[in-house]
Amino acid sequence: MLRYRRPSPDTQPELLHPPYASSIKRAPTQPLIQLPHTISETTGPYFSRDVVPPKAFDLTRQHKGEPLGERIAVSGRLLDEDGRPVPHSLVEIWQANAAGRYLHKADQHDAPLDPNFTGMGQTLTDDEGCYRFVTIRPGAYPWRNHYNAWRPQHIHFSVFGPAFATRLVTQMYFPGDPLLAFDPIYNSVPVESARKRLISVFDWATTTPEIALGFRFDIVLRGRNATPMER
Amino acid sequence: MSGETTPSQTVGPYFSIGFDWLNRSDLTHGASGGERVTIRGRILDGEGKPVPDACLELWQADTSGKYAQPENAKGKSQDQDFFGFGRIPTNEHGEFSFTTIKPGSVPGPDGCSQAPHIQITVFMRGLLRRLVTRLYFPDDAAHATDHVLNLVPAERRATLIARPVATEPQILEWDIRLQGKDETVFFDC
Repeated sequence: MLRYRRPSPDTQPELLHPPYASSIKRAPTQPLIQLPHTISETTGPYFSRDVVPPKAFDLTRQHKGEPLGERIAVSGRLLDEDGRPVPHSLVEIWQANAAGRYLHKADQHDAPLDPNFTGMGQTLTDDEGCYRFVTIRPGAYPWRNHYNAWRPQHIHFSVFGPAFATRLVTQMYFPGDPLLAFDPIYNSVPVESARKRLISVFDWATTTPEIALGFRFDIVLRGRNATPMER
Repeated sequence: MSGETTPSQTVGPYFSIGFDWLNRSDLTHGASGGERVTIRGRILDGEGKPVPDACLELWQADTSGKYAQPENAKGKSQDQDFFGFGRIPTNEHGEFSFTTIKPGSVPGPDGCSQAPHIQITVFMRGLLRRLVTRLYFPDDAAHATDHVLNLVPAERRATLIARPVATEPQILEWDIRLQGKDETVFFDC
């Protein structure tokens, strides 16, 4: 029977993390009940190619003109904990524009919208689990979590993987961002080596001459457990 | 080993930018028969306030208890067969609604079958990880032997079971309470 491994202690955020104020009224207070992995958890949606528009990986080509900002390529591999590629998985991203503003009615930050940038992309991983987006480096932006709070630059990632149990939503950060040390969302992951996996790596191999700097962000989904024992 | 699972982070307040393209509140496409049902409810926070910036994702079997499988889906368009996936944002009043086909029972642990249920993921600002819960259907004798329901303390099981609406036979109501009295049961998936 296929099962997925449980995460090692403190490598995932706690639901209640008081420095992140929004978690206080929204995190459940009762203990979670461990769900056995049945067919309901080990299956998941399979998105056919016709669902994802072929050019949806390029966030700089969704409008008449080019968006402002620093053009970047973000690529990586989707793997499981045993290093196996996860092919044909839907990957969705969304982000602020170069000025740090989201195209969203709830974002009231006094920074300009860019008529040539929506900030949304999708793709499917290939047979080797690889994905690639072309986009604009998002700006940092203020939020009201605490005095003078600024989110580090980040891109939101949503990944399905092969099963309901492997669904993951996370955020990709940029190397050397001085705001990371002060960000309660990034720092909600207790183990430092675990949260550092959220930071992309500058990558010459995907940097395209005259076009775009490249950043590599590999995403690891849960590994399978061969034995029926839960860890 | 390539390391451990990437940590989860919140979807934040602006996830609709990335999620809306795949919103799907009518799951009945491609279904061959089965009992059509609409499920509606609200998501409420620890102060009982509706959550207007949440999103549910659903995963369920078809009326015969079969989950859509990749090997059957290849080369087909998405609505040719029953798909079983839904994505539904809450509105400004914290309400959600979706229409589907009641799933059949599916195999459970130890060779038992599970009572019909829908797998639910909840995303919102403030949740650093997704929440996982299940929705069961009212008045089902199979609840008594359902392996997962029996893991839940008896006094909390009702939070997982949708309620019929007296005047509207095809409608069920089911609220998600994040905290407090009648806090919904959430699972470590």
